[in-house]
Amino acid sequence: MTRFLIRRIGQAILVLFAASIAVFLLFFVGPGPDQVARTFAGRLGTPQRILEIKHALHLDQPLYLQYLHWVGNLLQGNLGFDYYKGQSVNTVVGQALPATVSLVVGAAILWIAYGVFSGVVSAVRSRSLLDRGFTTAALFFYSMPTFVLGYTLIFIFAYELYRVTKFFPFSSYVPITTNPWQWFVHLILPWLTLAMVTAAAYTRLTRTSMLDVLGEDYIRTARSKGMPEQRVIRVHALRSALTPVVTLAGLDIGTALGGVIITEQVFGIPGLGWTIVQAIGQQDLPIIMGIAVLAATFVVIANVIVDILYAVLDPRVRLN
Amino acid sequence: MTVSVDPAAGHLEPEATATAPGAPIIQGRSLGQIAWRRLRRDKVAMAGGTFIAFLVVVSIIGPYFVQDPTVYHSSLIDPTFSRPIGPWGGISLAHPFGVEPITGRDMLARIVDGAPYSLLIGFLSTMLAVVIGVFFGIIAGYFGGWTDSVIARAMDVFLAFPLLVFAIALVGVIPNSAFGMSGNQLRVALLVFVIGFFAWPYMGRIIRGQVLSLREREFVDAARSIGARGPYILFRELLPNLVGPILVYATLLIPTNILFEAALDYLGVGLIPPTPSWGQMLSSAVSNGFYYIDPMFMIIPGLAIFITVMAFNLFGDGLRDAFDPRTR
Repeated sequence: MTRFLIRRIGQAILVLFAASIAVFLLFFVGPGPDQVARTFAGRLGTPQRILEIKHALHLDQPLYLQYLHWVGNLLQGNLGFDYYKGQSVNTVVGQALPATVSLVVGAAILWIAYGVFSGVVSAVRSRSLLDRGFTTAALFFYSMPTFVLGYTLIFIFAYELYRVTKFFPFSSYVPITTNPWQWFVHLILPWLTLAMVTAAAYTRLTRTSMLDVLGEDYIRTARSKGMPEQRVIRVHALRSALTPVVTLAGLDIGTALGGVIITEQVFGIPGLGWTIVQAIGQQDLPIIMGIAVLAATFVVIANVIVDILYAVLDPRVRLN
Repeated sequence: MTVSVDPAAGHLEPEATATAPGAPIIQGRSLGQIAWRRLRRDKVAMAGGTFIAFLVVVSIIGPYFVQDPTVYHSSLIDPTFSRPIGPWGGISLAHPFGVEPITGRDMLARIVDGAPYSLLIGFLSTMLAVVIGVFFGIIAGYFGGWTDSVIARAMDVFLAFPLLVFAIALVGVIPNSAFGMSGNQLRVALLVFVIGFFAWPYMGRIIRGQVLSLREREFVDAARSIGARGPYILFRELLPNLVGPILVYATLLIPTNILFEAALDYLGVGLIPPTPSWGQMLSSAVSNGFYYIDPMFMIIPGLAIFITVMAFNLFGDGLRDAFDPRTR
């Protein structure tokens, strides 16, 4: 186990290193320092002013030095400084992260609960009316663009049904520390949007995996020794059927924590996804790179956790 | 749509009557033929497939049958609210899908005009993803060892990457003409490249998994024992056995890519107006808030994307069941 852990973490660090180079090349070298300085100087920028800006932002140094400087700061937990307000990127991220976490955690609870429940019911009552209903619903939400679902919900609940559902805001976000009730109310529609779109894959995966497991010999053994069906499903089938679901959930949550761009954009939630879209509009490279690296880190950590969970949940998985 | 019932596909296996004198000559069926027979009996999948075929026909010859999508019909627009006159977004015999708010352009014509863009971007980006994914997946699965480790970790890096962010950032900095292309031609190429380039690990992982089990099979040993080398085994022995999964997952990747293109349109980095891709029509309906006064403006392109994506998903699911009935 220890050897497996060390190897896996070593690989994760390598992946992160590669990701940091990719982020640096794509988002920093890609647009080019001249472009950045020009954007920053604005319409009235003279060549002299552009040179000054390049010097002030260290854009005139060799690229490898700029990279080392950036990574060196990253390793000390410093994401750099925003070009416009001179604000620390850590502060910007620190302000955006709670919104994203609120959105993702709430939605994840919904989508995992619904997805697993509907998948298990679909598999156990395979080909029943309930199964068809859940499968059709999954297909429906799977085929729906996220932003269309979001705007439809806003249209129905916040606009058309305003007289009935007075409390649904159109968009925006209230931090939980300001007003927990408003926080909750503002997040209901975003949670539903993100959860419904994501849950579809969980229904399908849980159903397939559960059907697979129910066909295994050990389930037949459990049934043949007279175990009640409820117990067979809860104790024996569910545990191994849920292994792939845990994998998917881990990766999905990891990815989502790095910013849920579309949902945040639709509902005006100032999370990481919203912030990075704003930063791209302004060519604010330190923010873009900071959030991109953070997002990659979340995914990589989620990958490691999933691998470990996999081995813990399913003893048949070899650790080498 | 007709579902033909082939007598030979009944429950009676042809082998059972093989020895009878005068029996018809028995022909072996390939895996592809078996799958095709199963697929033909799957009504839902065939409905999806038929719709896709219809859509392809529409995008090729449709523009010759509808009105000019660029003509403004300002007489059909309510001057106070800028919305179409009449219920349901101004649906009439002349404009079966209604007209656009403000301009009064015919919606049917715009939908038909947008179909080739959505389909083309979906198809081409999937092809790119399949080519890269299959190439690396086959190599990783067959050679194993450190080659596999490197490719698997590279896939991790790709999957770890916030790809929407990359797409917005990239499309934002690319000038209006580059690589000898300009305007929408460049945009289409860029979208295909970005979507395809980030979808390949999905394909790669599936192919790698399939190859891991295929390479232990006897036919690979047999090929090796008669002196076949790596490339021959990879592309002449393994690849034909992967046609099923490749076809299935490519079909399922197309709708994902169509949705991805719509998302990019929504974020403002898709095709350049006035070229009407469906995603771009949708995003102009929602991002200006026009759908409050004219819901049909959102519903019609929304339905176009939704039904298309659904058709591909149904067809892909049917295809998967046909190749591997265990998953039903």
